[in-house]
Amino acid sequence: MSAARQQILDALRRSLRRDVLPEADRVALEARLAAPKPGLIPARSRSDGRARVAQFLKMAEEAAATVTHLPSLRDVPGAVTDYLARENLPAALRLAPDPRLQSLPWAGRPLLSISTGRSDGSDPVSLTPAFAGIAETGTLVLLSGAETPTTLNFLPDTHIVLLEAGDIVGAYENVWPLLRARFGAAAMPRTVNLITGPSRSADIEQTLQMGAHGPRRLHILLVDEQEATR
Amino acid sequence: MQTATSHRFKENARTALDDPALQKALGNFQENFIDRRARAAARLPEFDALRDAARDIKDHVLENLDFYLERFEAKVVEAGGQVHWCTDADAARSAVLEICRAAGARTVTKGKSMIGEEIALNEHLAAHGIEPVETDLGEYIIQLRHEPPSHLIAPAIHVNKDQIADAFRAAHADLDPARPLGEAPALLAEARARLRSRFLAADVGITGANFLIAETGSTVIVTNEGNGDLTQTLPRVHIVLASLEKVVPTLEDASTILRVLARSATGQEFSVYTTFSTGPRRPNDLDGPEQFHVILLDNGRSRMLGTEFQDMLRCIRCGACLNHCPVYQAVGGHAYGWVYPGPMGAVLTPSLLGVGEAGHLPNASTFCGRCESVCPMRIPLPKMMRHWREREFERHLAPAAARHGLRLWAFLARRPALYRFAAAIAAGLLGAFGRRRGRFRSLPLAGGWTAHRDLPAPEGRTFQQLWAKRRRVS
Ligand code: SF4
Repeated sequence: MSAARQQILDALRRSLRRDVLPEADRVALEARLAAPKPGLIPARSRSDGRARVAQFLKMAEEAAATVTHLPSLRDVPGAVTDYLARENLPAALRLAPDPRLQSLPWAGRPLLSISTGRSDGSDPVSLTPAFAGIAETGTLVLLSGAETPTTLNFLPDTHIVLLEAGDIVGAYENVWPLLRARFGAAAMPRTVNLITGPSRSADIEQTLQMGAHGPRRLHILLVDEQEATR
Repeated sequence: MQTATSHRFKENARTALDDPALQKALGNFQENFIDRRARAAARLPEFDALRDAARDIKDHVLENLDFYLERFEAKVVEAGGQVHWCTDADAARSAVLEICRAAGARTVTKGKSMIGEEIALNEHLAAHGIEPVETDLGEYIIQLRHEPPSHLIAPAIHVNKDQIADAFRAAHADLDPARPLGEAPALLAEARARLRSRFLAADVGITGANFLIAETGSTVIVTNEGNGDLTQTLPRVHIVLASLEKVVPTLEDASTILRVLARSATGQEFSVYTTFSTGPRRPNDLDGPEQFHVILLDNGRSRMLGTEFQDMLRCIRCGACLNHCPVYQAVGGHAYGWVYPGPMGAVLTPSLLGVGEAGHLPNASTFCGRCESVCPMRIPLPKMMRHWREREFERHLAPAAARHGLRLWAFLARRPALYRFAAAIAAGLLGAFGRRRGRFRSLPLAGGWTAHRDLPAPEGRTFQQLWAKRRRVS
């Protein structure tokens, strides 16, 4: 392994007509990595407050996600029940073992059968929390972890995501500092999923079809506590 | 490596032009790719500035490629993964096979990877008793049909519904013959159900990578189906196939390039799934692979660095140059005879396979310049095709007629006034010829082309004359 490694590095340096980078250049590159700077951020992603939430909504729906606006976290169980009934989906929900989801008043919905954990492919519907939303393209940010298994984002036919309006940022570049704050500099969880709408494919005669291998439906519960208190 | 028929481009192209099913399949580029990309680009006022920024990021990486690759490796190891440096296709195949064997693998699921095609990985695994299962719908279809992809992002673009149904009936032994498979939704449902059990049963999952991130040791895949995510989440082992030039410095740098990728590829604002993977699952994680391996492939790329073909290493495989290329639109991807089709293939394939095999490809161009004008990474494709032509010319591999034509062109090109004059004569003559119908059905010296495509008739003036007139008017 190391022989090939050296061979490739030598070949690169030969082509670049230099030896290992001079110290000063290396220090400059280290500095670039240590303090990553955002590049050009589109104007549309620099909105804030209500405009940012509105931008998120518009783009998420354009990507064929559906959204229900809720004034409070307490409304989540009712909104899930209503959504499943409206879409004629089974009243069975696989929950991420996330404390915020677990603490919701599910007991008030006895007809909803609730289980918790990763998915083995047999769950029709999952509910997972979003780490953030990105207004620029209506994108959800989901992280893997002990309380948020990645299988819930891909195996169920219907994926419901809880997103708090306060967690919506403007651009992709607004997410990275949040990750660095949570996991430390230059560290990441195993998986960071940026999800924009439900699964699709155009591989058959260039015809767009929804629900290729991932979820056919992506439903976002957007909890906007500020909205309620305004 | 995948065996090539690039040296037979002319014959391949003729076969493609005579294939009515293929011609029908290739009929929708304007609506499905060209118009969509144009709308997406127009909607983002910063689009062209982002292309400049994306180009600059990759140029910076290429000048410091050794540094960023070493950093990337260090971060992968820190996260609990391994990097396997591979000088060529053989080494990469062996490395993958070794990992699969150590894992006791019997089946392997695969996300879409051009590197997988480049190193002909499926054949190698199958020859050693490990079953590879392509999971991208298009890749699955062409795997069943035993053929290579014909497009970078739409690998089965040349196949129609009936052919897909036939492939499914042949491969899915227990499929009820009475079950209708005439429509796209039925075909999708069949593939989805079949592949679901393969995802769950696989021992190893292999994906490609759109980016490698030096800052964090992450690999990035961009898909719409979600197959790549199932491929890399369910099995015990995740192997990433990537070539050297995929590395970018930071998450911020990747963000800039991501903004131009989906818009250029499919005209989407953003692809459905953009996934960053860093190391294997963490101790308390409930799912994810136990092992994380990155195959880092050179296979001729280090040789391109520092040459007139270095810019090609900026390519992000979006497919825009294919979609906008009149030659690709006419003959499809298989005519190019190897893994990489269209203008990007015409430049990259000779670099990777040599002029002897692929030196003809750069001639498969009208030099209309559309590829460069839409390339999100601003790669000067026509210029590089010309470099290849010159090299082929120098090596005297070109037939005498082409050599003389080129010599005349080179003579004229160095004398702009004479060139304008000669071009005006040619355009005037052609214009007089074709004016009645606006199109030519046949043209001397272009028979192979006009048998199948009407060549638009020049309007009797050269572009330069028209341009000069416009400028006088305004
Ligand atoms: S050369 Fe440019 S347009 Fe063609 S695939 Fe590469 S990045 Fe896209």
